[in-house]
Amino acid sequence: MDKPVEWVYTDIVKDHFANPRNVLSDEASYKEDGKGIVGNIKCGDQMMMAIKVDKRGIITDCKWKTFGCASAIASTSILSEKVKGMKVEDAYNISPKDIAAELGGLPEHKIHCSVLGDKALRAAIDDYYKRKGMPNKIKRNNEQIICQCMNVTDKEIENAVKEGARTYSALQEKTKSGTVCGKCKDRVISLLEEYSGRHYK
Amino acid sequence: MKDRNVYLDNNATTPLHPEVKKAISGLFDIYGNASSLHFFGRQAKSAIETARADMASFINADPDEIIFVGSGSEANNTVLNMLSCCSALCSSKYGGKRQIIVSDIEHPCVIETSKCMGQKGMTVARAGVQRSGKIDIGRLKDMINENTVLVSIMMANNEIGTIQDIKSISDITHRNGALLHTDAVQAVGKLPVDVKELGVDFLSFSAHKIYGPKGIGALYARSKAPFCPFIRGGHQEKGRRAGTENTIGIIGMAAAIACRRNEMAQEARRLTRLKQRLKDFIKDNIDDISFNGHPEDCLPGTLNVSFKAAEGEAVMLYLDMEGIAVSTGSACASGSLEPSHVLLAIGMEAEDAHGAIRFSLGRETTDEDIDYVIERLPAVIKKVRGMSSSYFKKG
Repeated sequence: MDKPVEWVYTDIVKDHFANPRNVLSDEASYKEDGKGIVGNIKCGDQMMMAIKVDKRGIITDCKWKTFGCASAIASTSILSEKVKGMKVEDAYNISPKDIAAELGGLPEHKIHCSVLGDKALRAAIDDYYKRKGMPNKIKRNNEQIICQCMNVTDKEIENAVKEGARTYSALQEKTKSGTVCGKCKDRVISLLEEYSGRHYK
Repeated sequence: MKDRNVYLDNNATTPLHPEVKKAISGLFDIYGNASSLHFFGRQAKSAIETARADMASFINADPDEIIFVGSGSEANNTVLNMLSCCSALCSSKYGGKRQIIVSDIEHPCVIETSKCMGQKGMTVARAGVQRSGKIDIGRLKDMINENTVLVSIMMANNEIGTIQDIKSISDITHRNGALLHTDAVQAVGKLPVDVKELGVDFLSFSAHKIYGPKGIGALYARSKAPFCPFIRGGHQEKGRRAGTENTIGIIGMAAAIACRRNEMAQEARRLTRLKQRLKDFIKDNIDDISFNGHPEDCLPGTLNVSFKAAEGEAVMLYLDMEGIAVSTGSACASGSLEPSHVLLAIGMEAEDAHGAIRFSLGRETTDEDIDYVIERLPAVIKKVRGMSSSYFKKG
């Protein structure tokens, strides 16, 4: 009865889930330099991340909160450790794949939960740029979020189309757009047609 | 960390009753094929028929009206599939009627099968439910028409425990000349079930929800109801379900039901009391919660609670670390991205559905188990809410 039975998650995930690092407990008094909130609580996933950045542009602290499952908690916990000491430019480029690899892998259907942390981080960095008067550094300035749940922009959809996604399901696969509440489906399909027309006809 | 194992997921499945273990452990030498005419076959056949008669009497059916199948899901699939049979014989049995009605809170094995029926040309209508999980009978009345061949409404819901008034539903259904099926997998062995009194044409039930073995279920099919087999190619079960009988499963199921005869009523009172203890504790000690399901017409051991802003999978897994096994309506735990269709159907916000936890108590649940849950639960909810980006309550 008490033999250890394998979890669906790896031991690293389990460790970060059981003892999440850098949870923001004093939101009111925390003096962050940038803060981002992504996801949609209605769809069962929301992530808030706050960072402190020193004069050299290095992240000195990173704190977060989430309405999310075990893999969202674990992936954000490990990410929050990883970014401390990194330059904001470098932190901006961390991909969900890097995080999943550090966690020793995640079950296929859980990958979408783990992307929240890195999107929240980018939103926090954008906010930092805005506060510092460097809006030109914001890469997503001219982009529009189409999928609120997974925080997918029109630019990302366009890139996915350029990379070969020709159907709605291929786009879902590539960008994860429309994989949660599905309310953006019509919008995504019309963008798919628009970009397919622009780049391929 | 964990000091004991507390299993509160009895609606998912149950441990074997000691009497069932005893009954089946002596059976491994009864290996004859019940279809064979020799001694070995007759031995198996006789044990199966005794089991069938015992089980039939438990729900006030005739033995011939009980068909053994592999699971509750198979029983449900059998009923829905037979209606889309296009053979001339079946079409005449159903009078060419093409509409089926299923409720919004059916088990996926009914909902998904009904969608498939839709693709095969049937018209599928969905009966909505009220906040309590009860069928909106007035709207059901409006839905049924002369084209309706079958209404399928589950007797007790697996997630929120709400019990339907099957008798009233059967009156409406039969007044309109349609057949009534009820998925009673969560009901038989937990509540009194009398097929004649309920007036159902088909009723599905299963062994493993009531301390019997997995892989065995039964379908009650009223002797006068039309029937078309789902699994063909053998004369077993009077040609209604092919495949060599699962002798051990059948006898195990009968043993489980025999135990329910003696224990059901008393256990229902005990579980109601234990559930009330847990419910009162949660109500008095944890803020921002809501209870889901009908407050009275509910399975004795089922308690479904939404903890606001606490994501269900995280709660479930922290409870698992404490040794407490529950289940959740959160999408994350099910491997899909949608929260429970049952919770959405009763009108819950998706956010609350993602934070729903089901405690389902069973015959092995003790007062000490509830004490332990009461001791550990508040800290788990506090921990999850402490890191929740959507929980802003002070203190």
